[in-house]
Order: sequence, then structure tokens, then C-alpha cells
Amino acid sequence: MGDYILEMKNIVKQFPGVRALDNVNFQVERGEIHCLVGENGAGKSTLMKVLSGVYPFATYEGDIVYNNEIQRFKTIADSEEKGIAIIYQELALVPELSVYENIFFGHEIKKGKTIDWNETIVQSKKYLEKVRLHIDPSTKVKELGVGNQQLVEIAKALSKNVKLLILDEPTASLNEDDSQNLLQLILELKKQGVTCIMISHKLKEIIAIADTITVLRDGATICSLDAREKQVTEAEIIKNMVGREIDNIYPKRTKKCSDDICFSIKDWSVFDPGKGREILHKVCMNVKKGEIVGLQGLMGAGRTELAMSIFGNPNGYKITSGSIALNGKEVSFSKPKDAIQSGVAYVSEDRKGNGLVLIQDIKYNISISNLESLVKGLVINENEEINVANEYKDSINIKAPSVEQKVGNLSGGNQQKVQLAKWMFAKPTVLILDEPTRGIDVGAKFEIYTLMNRLVEAGMSIIMISSELPEVLGMSDRLYVMSEGTIMGELSANEANEQKVMEMAVRTV
Amino acid sequence: MNENTEKQGLGKEIGTLLKKNVRDYMMYIALVIIMLFFTWKTNGGFIQARNITNLINQAGYVAVLAIGMTLILILKHIDLSVGYVAGFCGAVAALLMSKFNLNVWLTIVIVLALGLIIGLYQGTLVTKVGVPAFVTTLAGMFIFRGFLALSLQETGTVIVSDKVFNALSNGTIPDLPFFGGELHVLTLLIGVAAVILVVLSQIKTRRNKIKYNFKVVSMPIFITVIVFVSAIIMSIIMVLAKYQGIPWTAVIVAMVLIIYNFMLNKTCLGRYIYGIGGNDQAAELSGVDVKKVTVFAFCSMSVLAALAGILYTSRLQSATPTAGLGFEMDAIASCYIGGVAVSGGIGKVTNTIIGVLVIMSLTNGMNLMGVDISLQYVVKGIIFIIAVAFDVRTRRAAK
Repeated sequence: MGDYILEMKNIVKQFPGVRALDNVNFQVERGEIHCLVGENGAGKSTLMKVLSGVYPFATYEGDIVYNNEIQRFKTIADSEEKGIAIIYQELALVPELSVYENIFFGHEIKKGKTIDWNETIVQSKKYLEKVRLHIDPSTKVKELGVGNQQLVEIAKALSKNVKLLILDEPTASLNEDDSQNLLQLILELKKQGVTCIMISHKLKEIIAIADTITVLRDGATICSLDAREKQVTEAEIIKNMVGREIDNIYPKRTKKCSDDICFSIKDWSVFDPGKGREILHKVCMNVKKGEIVGLQGLMGAGRTELAMSIFGNPNGYKITSGSIALNGKEVSFSKPKDAIQSGVAYVSEDRKGNGLVLIQDIKYNISISNLESLVKGLVINENEEINVANEYKDSINIKAPSVEQKVGNLSGGNQQKVQLAKWMFAKPTVLILDEPTRGIDVGAKFEIYTLMNRLVEAGMSIIMISSELPEVLGMSDRLYVMSEGTIMGELSANEANEQKVMEMAVRTV
Repeated sequence: MNENTEKQGLGKEIGTLLKKNVRDYMMYIALVIIMLFFTWKTNGGFIQARNITNLINQAGYVAVLAIGMTLILILKHIDLSVGYVAGFCGAVAALLMSKFNLNVWLTIVIVLALGLIIGLYQGTLVTKVGVPAFVTTLAGMFIFRGFLALSLQETGTVIVSDKVFNALSNGTIPDLPFFGGELHVLTLLIGVAAVILVVLSQIKTRRNKIKYNFKVVSMPIFITVIVFVSAIIMSIIMVLAKYQGIPWTAVIVAMVLIIYNFMLNKTCLGRYIYGIGGNDQAAELSGVDVKKVTVFAFCSMSVLAALAGILYTSRLQSATPTAGLGFEMDAIASCYIGGVAVSGGIGKVTNTIIGVLVIMSLTNGMNLMGVDISLQYVVKGIIFIIAVAFDVRTRRAAK
């Protein structure tokens, strides 16, 4: 037995309707670099949140043994005190404050009752040197690039005397140079005795630096591979990440799609002024009439950004090149309203955040996308509205006492059905579904798949964005795989399998 | 009949109704308590026809402002400038008539158009430039206070002598000819017509709901509510009919109220306002032009502020440099007391009117009692914060 700094034993974490972690065992040796891999939704982030106290003790089952003691973290502060620091994908720095203020934010160096700023600056310099960031500590954080901000985060962790450093996809938003720099730093910290857990999708990096690789799948530990003894290959990791039978939960379609292309995007490049970089590079794709096209990729591959930038660009990205054609005619949408009127609809992945108005009832939410069709003179024909809502309620089986039920009180699956009904009522030509089955149970999933089939058989075209690989494979006629804002390849339903898709999705340009 | 209505006992139904609508009922209960209290304290002076007419004339400009403010607050914005916009527009009205001898109707049209321009300016700043409404309208407070002072700098207070204009907030509707009796007959007729309209529309709505199998209250409760509402309308009408009839202010406020209530409940625009207030991102992704709707709300607000200014100037029969001071406080407080949600997305102009009555009854009652004006502010502030605290708590409990 090695010397374990951390052992997580039989961890079970339940969410309403989902068992996110199912008896996970996870052991980290002192002083190693341990990589945690798995598909989206495999439970990696949940596991780390259990460890760091985001999900406090008693909301999960199982034991966390850290430094040979069972720990009961109630808050993040508890775990930090023991030397565990976690750095998330979304950085937790205050952009308007200086680097030194950020490093000691929350554990300020004090002289008596007041903050000792001079000592703070001196100490900051020391930690910045440790992460090899040669900048003036009084620089504002917002003036730094993402890569350097990440280094400041690590400096902050080091200033808290970190023993176990957790990095959640640290290189996801970094360019090649910054990534290499960061990986070098992690190796250096290892020499200084810091143990490191790194969650990553990029297999190349993992193979380069990992001592041990643990694979999670569907909330369970699949295996722990020791990379010190013998070289682990990408294929080996991928096999363990996906290795699952696709069961028969995907209803079959009877009708084949036609060969007419009804929607296409050409050379679509998009720049995000907020992030200060190009997020989509020359994306080309097309959809045929009556076809379901899958858009697969890992988190951060740019799928939602692609959908949003097509759908009237409400986020204010800068579209630097490219064109959209609908039924052979070039179109451009300056706001979502334009897209809807031309027949493109987008079902949001975040139904509570920007999909539905939760304080309003079912009929309100269904009719809003095409309210003008219900207007007689100036007045909304409320009887007609109720009829429409009832029709959808019956035909797609929204379970609620009446269409006057507030949407906020419905289950996730029924909320999703309301979202779909809303867009069916707008009668689009192309329907973009973003994570249509996220967070809903298997029964409701099947209903939504059936509904999708009904829609395409009636001549609609669907672009389905999904992180669930089996779902994309089971439902699509054809699929595109994206990575880092670029289409990496196109596969037909026949040639696609999990292995091939995953290989494309983890490939970097 | 619908099954739902007969399944439960009457007592139980009243219980659930109370529980579900506790917030709305509290508002009415508070209003009744306040009115009874002042009637008691003023030996019945509060409830006399003369004072009720007075109360309506006093409440008119606040009601008009509060109706516009309801839209703004539903959209999660705020407009602090309405007081001085009203003051400035009122001053312009007075100057146009006294200095330039303009026709009263032309004056009103010009002043309302001035309000529209002010609204366009503020709405554009909020939506297109992206300055938060709080800041935009705080700046508006400075600007229009200044304009008000500038416009009256030479003349000081401007007296308005136009009879038609002054009747807007002092006069009442004329009676029908040939009826020279004790009672104001036209007022009575309008009262009866209003009751009939209310009863018919309630019955129609109920039938419709039953047709679609929606939940409705049971027959006894339905009848009680209708009788109760009709009784209130008729008793107010009786009080007014014994005096000089319905004030013109009430007619103007009623028209504004009917238009806004119709707009919010029956048209696309109204739907979009609630949608944006409930979840602006969802509304935008559903194809709602959020900016356009927001600009509309600011325009409507400033036009109503101009109307409020007209009413206020008419009431005083003059424009003064202090007009507009604190109007926005009464208007915003009325909305929140009337149940507009602090988090936006919820609110009714009809309930806002109840809020206005609460605030203005307090003002009027305390004036009658001779309560010091400074103390009045304290009392109104306390009632306001209690109402909002109660609102926040009941909404959280409902979740």
C-alpha cells in the first residue's frame, strides 16, 4: 500500500431523480499528479465538489479520508484550512482588484487590526515567482490574459499553504503556449511536494503528465491506470471512458430524410469580445429536410455558442465571416425575432435560466413565441390560446392539472415539453435543440425522442446538440464533431461509433 | 357544473382562498382599516362626500403616475424623474396658456407630446446606450427640476385662469338636464352601468373558465364577491351623487386605468411586458423585442407624468416652482403596496389603484387630523415598508 494523502470511500451523492455518484472509490497518493477523466456528466465535478465541501458533509454518503483522518467538511473554508484548494474553470478572481489583493483575498496579512499592504506585496512577489509569473503585483487582474489569471489563482492557492491542489479543466480555455507553461508548473509543484488532481478532457496532456489516471463513467469508478509502470495509450483511456452498450431506448424512424439541403452555414467565424478571442473558426455544416443532425463535442467545444450566434446572436458576439442559407436563400438575423420569423428556432439548454418564464403559466409560455398569430384586431384571442395550449398538452403529454399551471411548478421533463411545445407552435423549418434531455428522467427522455421523430417525419429539420454521446448516436442521421470551435469531422449514422466520435472530440488542432 | 367546485366544502374553500390570496386581501383589509380609522378620528369627516371628492382630486395625479410606474417596475426598471417631469410639464402648460394664450386643448396635446419626447430620451438612454434606469432617471430628476425652475424664473408662480383647464381637477361632470333633484342623476346612471358591466364580465369569464374545465370558485363565493364589489361601487357612487357628482379627475383616471388594464391583459404588448419582467433572456430568445418594449414603457411613463403635471397644475390653478416634489415617492410606494413584485414580472394596474388609495387616504386623513407633515412622511414610510416586507415573505412562503 502506498502513502495516500486522500482516500474517498464508497461515495454516493444523490440529486432529485439522479444518482450522480454511485459508490465511487478514489485514492490519491501523496506527491503524485492524478488525472480524473470521464465524459460530461460522468461525475468528476460532483466528486470534487464533495471533496471541497461545496456539498457539505451529510449530503453525501461515504467517507473522505484525508491525511489518515476522516474529514467532515461543511464549507469550502473547512477544506481550505486543511490545505485543499480547488481551481475552477470559471476563475474566482475579482477583476477590478490588483494581483496582490486577489492573492490574499480572504486571508489578508494583518498588522494589528489593519491590513499590512507592504508585507502583502512582498509576499505576493514570492508566490508569483513560484508560479513563474513575472509581473508587477499591482497590475489589475482584468488586464491579464486567461493563462496568467490561472497562474494568479495557483499563486493564491499556494499562499494558503496548499497540500492538495485540484484543477478543473485548467487548460480548457488556454492556448497551446499557456497550456504547456501550466503543465510545466504542475510538474514543478509536484517536486515541491504538492499533490495535484487534474480534471481534463485533453488526453494528450494527461498522458504527458499523469502518474495515475482514474476513469469515471456514469457516476462510478471504472478503473485506475498506473502511468508510471507502463505507458497508457489514448485508446485505452477512451475505451474505458465510453465502453457502454447502447441499449434500445431510441425509437426508430420509418421515413428517410430527403436529399434537399434546407439549411446551411458556411465559413462561420465568430469572435467573442468578452473573452477576447475567436470562439468559432470557419464552421461549415448543413442540414437536410427531415433530418436530425447531431452536434457532438465536449464541454467548451463551442456548440452552444454556434447555435446562439446563428439564432440572431443575442450575446453580441462579433461574426467575422460566414453566411447562413435557408432553403437555398441567403439570410441574416440581427436578433432572435428575425430568426424565428424566418423559421429557425432554438430550444435553450438552460430552460430555467433563459428558456421559460417560470412565474407564468403553461399557456403563456407556449403562446409567447408566436403570439401575433393569435391576435384578432388588437386583442389576443384567449380562447384560441387555451385551445392551442390544450392541444399541445394532450398531444405531447404535458402532465399538469391544466394549462393554467405555473411552469415553475412542473417537473424538469414537463418543463422541457412546454419548451418544445412553444417552438412547435412557432412552426419552424429548422429546430435547434440544445441538450434536450439534460436533467430529465428516462421515461420523459423517450417521449422527447419520439416527439423529435414525429417532427422530422413531418418535414422539420433538427440540429441536436448533446453531451450525451449515446443519445447523439442513437438519434442522429448524421453528426458533426466539434472541438475548440472547429468542426473536426462529419460522420454518418452508419460509420459513427463512440470510439470514433471521442477520438475526434478530444483531438486538438 | 365543474366537479372542482363541488368537491370541497365551502368552509374549506374559503380557507384555501384566503391562504392563496392573502396578499391581495391584506391590501383591501388595510385600506378598509385605514378608512375606518380616519372616519373615527375625524368624527365622520373623512367619509363625507366633500372629502371623498377632495380625496379623489388629490389622488388623481398620483394614480396616473402609479399606473405608468407599474409597467416600469414590472420590467425591473425604475423612474425617479416622474415628479419633476410632471412639475415641468405642468409649468409649460401654465405658461402656454397664460403667456402665449394658447387654446386649452392644443396646450394639452403639446404638453403630452413633450412628455413623449422626454420618455424617448430616457428610454433610449436605458436601452440603446445601456445606462441603468436608476442613473438615467436620477439625472432626469436634476435636469427637469432645473427646467422647472428655469421656466418659472421670470414669472414666479403662474396663475391659470382657463375655466376648462381648472375644471379637470376641480370640477365634476354635469348633470342631465330636467333633473334638478337632490341626487346627481348622471352619476347614478354611470354607477348602475358600471355595476352591470362588472357583473356581466364576471359571469362571462366564469362561463369561459368552466367551458375549459379550469378551476373556478364555488357559486356562493362567486355571488358574495359580486355583491360585495357592486355594493362598494354603489356606495361610493351614492356618496358622490349626494354631493356634486363624479369629479372629472375620476373620469380621466378611470380612462387611463381601463386602457392600461386592457393593454396589459389583452394585447401582445402587455404579454411581452410581463415576459420581460419574468425572464428577460427567455423573452428575448422567444422573439420579443426587449428594447422596443422597454422604450415604450418609458415613453408611456413620461406621457402619464405630463398628464399628472396637467392635473396638478389644474388642481392648484397655478404652476409653482415646487410642484413635483416627492411625487415619485408616492407613485412608487403605491405600486409596491398594490402588489407589484419587488423582483419584477408581477403586478396589476387595478391593484396599484388600491395602493394609491391607501397612500392618499393616509395623506388626506392625516391632513384632516392635523398631523404634522414631517410625521406624515414617517407614517407613510412605515406602512410602505410593512407592505413590502409582507409581500416578500408571502411570496417566499408560496414558493
